[in-house]
Parts: sequence; structure tokens; C-alpha cells
Amino acid sequence: MDWINALVQGMLLGGLYALFAAGLSLIFGVMRLVNIAHGDLIILAAYLGLSTTVLLGLHPFLALLIVMPLMAGIGYVLQRGILNQTLGPDILPPLLVTFGLSVIIQNALLETYTADPRKLPGGVIETASVDVGGITMGVLPLLTFAIAIAVIAGLQFIFYRTSLGRGFRAVSDNQDIAQLMGLNKAHVFGVAMALALAVVAVAGILLGMRTSFDPAIGGGRLIFGFEAVIIGGLGNLWGTLAGGIILGVAQTLGAKIDPGFQLLAGHIAFLVVLAVRPNGLFPRVEH
Amino acid sequence: MSDPMLTLTALDAHYGDFQALYGLDLSIAAGEVVAIIGANGAGKTTLMRSISGLLSNRPDAISYQGQDIGALRADQVAKLGIALVPEGRQLFPSLSVEENLMIGGKVGRPGPWSLRKVYDLFPILEERKAQASTSLSGGQQQMVAIGRALMANPELILFDEISLGLAPVIIRQIYDALPGIVSDGMTAMIVEQDITKALSVSSRVFCLMEGRIALQGRTEDVTHAQITAAYFGVDA
Ligand SMILES: Nc1ncnc2c1ncn2[C@@H]1O[C@H](COP(=O)(O)OP(=O)(O)O)[C@@H](O)[C@H]1O
Ligand SMILES: [Mg+2]
Repeated sequence: MDWINALVQGMLLGGLYALFAAGLSLIFGVMRLVNIAHGDLIILAAYLGLSTTVLLGLHPFLALLIVMPLMAGIGYVLQRGILNQTLGPDILPPLLVTFGLSVIIQNALLETYTADPRKLPGGVIETASVDVGGITMGVLPLLTFAIAIAVIAGLQFIFYRTSLGRGFRAVSDNQDIAQLMGLNKAHVFGVAMALALAVVAVAGILLGMRTSFDPAIGGGRLIFGFEAVIIGGLGNLWGTLAGGIILGVAQTLGAKIDPGFQLLAGHIAFLVVLAVRPNGLFPRVEH
Repeated sequence: MSDPMLTLTALDAHYGDFQALYGLDLSIAAGEVVAIIGANGAGKTTLMRSISGLLSNRPDAISYQGQDIGALRADQVAKLGIALVPEGRQLFPSLSVEENLMIGGKVGRPGPWSLRKVYDLFPILEERKAQASTSLSGGQQQMVAIGRALMANPELILFDEISLGLAPVIIRQIYDALPGIVSDGMTAMIVEQDITKALSVSSRVFCLMEGRIALQGRTEDVTHAQITAAYFGVDA
């Protein structure tokens, strides 16, 4: 029973990791950009959520109404103002620039909010739980998991069923020819980053309610996101959810064997998948 | 001649240090169909990429409907009504046949062309609309590429290597479709390897050689010998 419990908790944790990963996956899929600052943007969103809850006295979930559009706006401006200029045949500039961005965000957060760990006040929802067949599941992790599924289903819908998504795929296939279709790739990339950071906002708020955070923990979230993306297979959003779940389960099962083993177990699962299936478990299939 | 639809003035094109076009001057009237011929590497594709905005230029090197468009981006040029059917089809592999056509309409110009009309022109595409574009034959892919361009309701359409690598029966089908396409007053520029075919549909012909116009004239005026000379750079 203990093991089944650990398995279930791991799956639920995987929902959060999938949310970390979804934005990364989206951005890589559309513009082949590896965003090193992704984890720090998650933490930025958590702090923006903190400020909103403190200033306006809102519940963190309601704060999303402000933080999501705010992060989306930051994403659009960031993409058009800086990141678009780094994109080209050479993959190094975007890596360097987003690495620099990561350092800047961390330092700005440190200056503004200090290094003290903070937490978003989720209220009763943090401790509430439901009992299913002898397994106790926290309402917040359950909700996180449900939100992860909804977010990925939503992204999937946008990608494959809307005109915006066709634009994303076309630009990803061939930027020049997409431009001939009247798509301004600078704008399309901006919209993709806005969408990714809207998802980052959700991830940041849920993270902030689940655990305490400080300006330095972005790097770790980036790694979890990366691992979930790679395990699931690049460019496959449902694969990313599966990747998050596998990572979460590996971590909780690892922690069950030995508490110090949690992160290592996740990394090992990642390495095993990478060794056995270098393209991930569910690599993208062309249409 | 009525006001020109498209005028090139001393158009140059460069790839790094390499100059591909040298001071091209050319003018096309609305409703005209012109053929561009020339050997491999003469600069035909470069010319088409320049006009459609994929290669950037001096603003006044390209004038379209009285507007300088040389420095505009390709998406801006597309919105003004210039569409390119690129060499090698260049369909979007992640998009189905129908999605490839629909994205052509993304330009958002009003006009006669719609999915329905493209399917009427090339019925096979309707049967294949849900398929991956990469699963089609070369000829069907060319139909999609043409349909995708038409969906933008362009006023000037550029065909780069309209029949290269296609089976004769498909080539005939595409040439049969051409009059219907250009009859709506559309202006067309056709790059074609098959000189006889090119001359059969055009009113004027331009022969490029090493980035320069080596010969131009009304189709009925140019002789085979002149074309051969311009094509291969030898005196006839
Ligand atoms: N991307 C490129 N980079 C460098 N040189 C190019 C590029 N594209 C074409 N060229 C050169 O420009 C010249 C014209 O090419 P192109 O316009 O493709 O000719 P055509 O379409 O008539 O065969 C050729 O010498 C070709 O090698
Ligand atoms: Mg060519």
C-alpha cells in the first residue's frame, strides 16, 4: 500500500513537472529556442503571485488573473525585444542570452524580495485531502494534476485545431515560406513566448502554494522541466505530461527507498530513458 | 501600355560576397503573363525571392502598383497581393493538405479564391485533404503549392519552376489550369525550363544569364536562335 501510495503521489507531482515542461516544449517546438531562464521565469511568476496576493489580498488562484496576462506580456516583449535577435543558424547566442537573463532575474528577485524563503498562502486547500481506496490525496496536488491535463489539452487544441497553431507549425517547419503566407515570424514567436509564459504563470503559482520558494531555486525547476520534455519526446505535448509523471514517480519511489535518493532517482530515470530511447518515449510524429 | 503593375529598377541581389543579380530593369503590366527562362544558376529563383521579399533590397528597386516595396518583409509583400509558388513546392510537412491550403488564406485578402474553388480546380486535392502533404506525389504537391498561393487571392503570382520534375500528364493538367487562373486579371510570372511551354502561355519572355537579362521581347518576336544564344551565351 505504501508503494502504491508513493506511486500515486508521484503521478500527482508529475502534473507540476509537466507544467514546468509544457512552456519549454512549446518554445523549443516553435522556434528551436532552449530557454535557460525558464525556471527563473517560473520563480518570477511565483513572486509576482506573492506581490499580488499581498497587495490586493487575493487568493493565489485569483492572482492568476493578473499574473497570467502579466507574464504573457513579459513574454511577448522579451521575445520581440531581445530573443528574436538571437535566433539564427547558430544555436549558441540564444543559450548565452537566456543564461544571462536567468542571472538577471535571480539577482533582481534577490534585490526585491531578499533570499528568505516565501510561500503563497493557499488557505484550506493546502491541507485538504480526499481518501480514495485507502490512499490519501491532497486536494492541491489533485487540482494541480487536473490543471496540468487541462493546460496540455488546451495547448494541444491550439496547436492542432486553430489558425494560430497552424501558424506555429508552419513557422516551425519553414520560416521563409511561412513568411510568404503573410505570417510575421517575429510576431508569431512573440505570441508563442506569451503563451509559454502564461503557462509558466500557472506553474509558478501552483509551485508557490505547494512549497516554499526563494530566488535561487529556478535552476532546479528548469532541470525538471528539461527532463520531463526529453523523457516524453521533443515536440510532443502529451508525451511531456507522461515525462512529468515518470519523473515524479521516479522521485517519490526513490524517496521511499531513501529520502536522500529522491532527486537522484529522477535523474537516473531520465538517463535511462535517454540511453534506451534518445528521442524520448513518444517522439513527435509528423502530422 | 497601361501603368505597370511591377517595375524593377537596377535590382541587385547578393548572397554574402556573391552577386547573383546585376542591375535588372524590368516592367510588367497588369494582366500580363511573362516567362522567365535561363540556365541553371542564372538567377531566376533569386529574382522571385527578391520580388516576394525574401531577399531585402533598396526600397525603390522594386515598385508594385506604384508603391516601393523593395525593403518590405515577405509577409508585408504577401499582404499587398504578391504570391510565390516556390521552387520545389516547399509545402509545410507538419500540416495536412487542407491546412496547407488554409494557411495560404491567412494573408486575409478578399477575392474569388477559396478552398472550394481550389478543390474545383484540382479535385484530387479534396480527396486527399486530410492526408499529410508529404504523402502526395510531386504533381499533387505542386497543385497544393499552387492552391496555397491562390488562397491568398494575389494580383501577381510568381511560379518558380512550375513543371520541373513532374510527370507529363500532370504538367498538362497544370498548364490546362493556368488560363483559368490568370483569366481573372491576375498577373503572372512563370519560370519554366521547357521553353516551348513557357512561350506558349506568355506574351513576353525574359532570358536571364548570369544575373543579367540577356534577351527580352514579345513572345512572337523572339526567334529560337536568339533564345539559344541568350540561354547558352553563344552567338547564334
Ligand atoms: N543561398 C545561396 N547562397 C549562395 N549562393 C546562392 C544561394 N542561392 C543561389 N545562389 C547562387 O546564386 C546564383 C543564382 O541562383 P538561382 O537564383 O537559384 O538560379 P536559378 O533559379 O536560375 O537556377 C547561382 O550561382 C547560385 O549558386
Ligand atoms: Mg531556380
